[in-house]
Amino acid sequence: MKALKILRSKPWLHDSEVAVAAPQYAGPDTAAAGRIALRFFLLVVSVLFFLFIITFLSRSQYPDFEALAGAPWQPFTDPSRLWFNTGLLAFSSLAMQLGLAGAHRGKLNIVVAGISAAAFFAVMFLVAQLDLWLHLQSMGFYVGGNPANSYFYLLTAVHGLHLMGGLMVLSNVVFRVWYDDELSSLSSPLQLCTTYWHFLLVIWLVVFALLTSRPETINALAAMCGF
Amino acid sequence: MQHVAIADQIDEMHDPQSFVTKYIWSQDHKVIAIQYSLTAIFVGLVALVLSGLMRLQLGFPDTFDFIDPTAYLQFVTMHGMIMVIYLLTALLLGGFGNYMIPLMIGARDMVFPYLNMLSYWMYLLSVLVLLSSFFAPGGPTGAGWTLYPPQAILQGTPGYDWGIILMLASLAIFIIAFTMGGLNYVTTVLQARTHGMTLMRMPLTIWGIFTATILGLLAFPALLVSAIMMMLDKVLGTSFFMPALVSLGESLDYTGGSPVLFQHLFWFFGHPEVYIVALPAFGMVSDVLATHARKNIFGYRMMVWAIVAIGGLSFIVWAHHMYVSGMHPAFGFFFATTTLIIAIPTAIKVYNWVLTLWQGNIHLTVPMLFAIGFIFTFTHGGLTGLFLGNVVIDLPLSDTYFVVAHFHMVMGVSPVMVLFAAIYHWYPLISGRMFNVTLGKAHFWFTFLGTYAIYLPMHYLGFLGVPRRYFAMGSTDFIPESAQSLNASITISALIVGVSQLLFLYNIFWSLRHGKQAGHNPWGATSLEWQTPDVPPHHGNWGAELPRVYRWAYDYSVPGAEHDFIPQNHPVTDTEGTAGDHGESEK
Repeated sequence: MKALKILRSKPWLHDSEVAVAAPQYAGPDTAAAGRIALRFFLLVVSVLFFLFIITFLSRSQYPDFEALAGAPWQPFTDPSRLWFNTGLLAFSSLAMQLGLAGAHRGKLNIVVAGISAAAFFAVMFLVAQLDLWLHLQSMGFYVGGNPANSYFYLLTAVHGLHLMGGLMVLSNVVFRVWYDDELSSLSSPLQLCTTYWHFLLVIWLVVFALLTSRPETINALAAMCGF
Repeated sequence: MQHVAIADQIDEMHDPQSFVTKYIWSQDHKVIAIQYSLTAIFVGLVALVLSGLMRLQLGFPDTFDFIDPTAYLQFVTMHGMIMVIYLLTALLLGGFGNYMIPLMIGARDMVFPYLNMLSYWMYLLSVLVLLSSFFAPGGPTGAGWTLYPPQAILQGTPGYDWGIILMLASLAIFIIAFTMGGLNYVTTVLQARTHGMTLMRMPLTIWGIFTATILGLLAFPALLVSAIMMMLDKVLGTSFFMPALVSLGESLDYTGGSPVLFQHLFWFFGHPEVYIVALPAFGMVSDVLATHARKNIFGYRMMVWAIVAIGGLSFIVWAHHMYVSGMHPAFGFFFATTTLIIAIPTAIKVYNWVLTLWQGNIHLTVPMLFAIGFIFTFTHGGLTGLFLGNVVIDLPLSDTYFVVAHFHMVMGVSPVMVLFAAIYHWYPLISGRMFNVTLGKAHFWFTFLGTYAIYLPMHYLGFLGVPRRYFAMGSTDFIPESAQSLNASITISALIVGVSQLLFLYNIFWSLRHGKQAGHNPWGATSLEWQTPDVPPHHGNWGAELPRVYRWAYDYSVPGAEHDFIPQNHPVTDTEGTAGDHGESEK
């Protein structure tokens, strides 16, 4: 427990080790700073989705809630469209990983191919999600019709917005690399983007599982949370 | 791979020349801090005027035609929201967090200066969106600062149409701004500390800001979630929070949503928010007390532990704001217990502040007066919190002025006292000049005695059962007429305190030009921010070389030292470690 050890130290005692001359400290390591900031950001986004999901479970216990899966007339009883969209996002994640591997080995063509494919599949995912919205609308599942519908639109929208933010950051990274023409400066920001991509895939899988759950599953989860 | 941080590159990006890059689109943490502070103080003054208007109505009902029930509710709502979020949070974290973190830990800037700049401009946008609701059709929302549904978005509540939408949008923008800033503060503290600055050598100011920022990062998402969902209820007709109801004789389209769900979300943010404001204040007041009492802070480790413990506990007490909404008795018992447990680390802090003063060499400077004033107001407000934490005492008192008195003492006046202490304490560093001491002392006495004249009688009004939130009392049998005279006296005190803040503003702006040169480290403080080569610190803070830290931030009144203090960047001498070490006696 490093944290406990730190908290137990006695700063008023003079520690001779620190007084010994050490190499001049040049300033913070930005790559490490990026990693720390990303971890905290992922924590913030996790809390955001956690809270949405908690309210979902709580709201599901009110009588007007009709889950989107379970009965034959519900749209996600057959989740094949969602699986297709999930595949797009998974391909995007995979392509990011490929691009990152290219950056580590200094292969520019692999980096370009990976990032382009990742961006392509990510955009395709967003388009497919939008198409899913229109599909649900055409089936009469409007946003205000039922809390389950509302949560479907809400969670997919918030997830999509996070992916769009990721695309903006990725394009900024690409632009900077183009401008610097220095492949080695790419690998650490690309690492952060890749982590973020995988994280969004995981979040999507959780949201997917929740939205396609049958009423019994949702009720069991809600009961576990005490609702 | 070792990168050179942006702040450490002495290149074109970090040598701003023109007025615009230096003061407007600045990436320098000190300029951003001042931008944050000035914006926050500006909206704070708007909120102060709103409270004055509220008090006019309460003290002298039926006298002012322009204050009708609608306007009154709007004043209450905007006053509360602005003070808590747009003034206190922004000034403590955006203002002091930005200014102090890099200077106190020996960094040249935040680790992400561009993000930092973006954070300020998003904050300004949120303030503008909020203020624009004053000019929207129907005016700002009058739903109370807690914005409880269903009434917040229903016809009959002031600003149910535009005001509430602008409020929710503004909050969402603020949260984005805070997240940008918050990620920066946390990462900077963890990653950019200079050589020798271990976590336990950080001044308590940084511990307070650091912990509060983590609380903010974890708590603000709850407000974002509730704002988004209420916005959808309002705009798209969803029923997250809105129950099936009949409004003005008309059955609405909402189906069985849960207003209590909103309350849970809101207070899951709302209670940590109290400590987001309080912890930086705790930290700053510790440093002010130690410096002006020329004594090391009593129980430094315990102070750090208490900050961390309070931060952790603040997430499991939220429902004590909801006793009157009704809950399972077991939950009431649980939340009452956790609430009372928070009193332990908090009391440790109060005792340690008092024990820091004990046998210290107390200098009653203006910052010290405000810091000691804080110990009074905070103890006072904290003790009434112990009353209200109990379910059976809270139920009858919850909707009365007792609660108004409690939270204004504990999270209104107390953080503001620390903010004044901090502004006066660091003014010589920020501006390079000394403020006028006489004006500062006058400001202290008006503010300190004035707040007691305002809030002490409110406790009695609360015991009498005078309800809060009401525009006018009407003829109520159980409230004696003398309550109205008390109300009038509170209003007069409030107006005097409000006007006396002009002393502060005048002092701050007058001294910018006319104050005498403060010189280097006028208070004889040990922490790093006072050890910069230039006062006020220049861009990059430290000149050619970063400082090196050899000791903690509280080496005051050291026996045998040349002055009565030793700055953190002074090496330990051979004699110090062995004989007569003041620290040894504390082991």
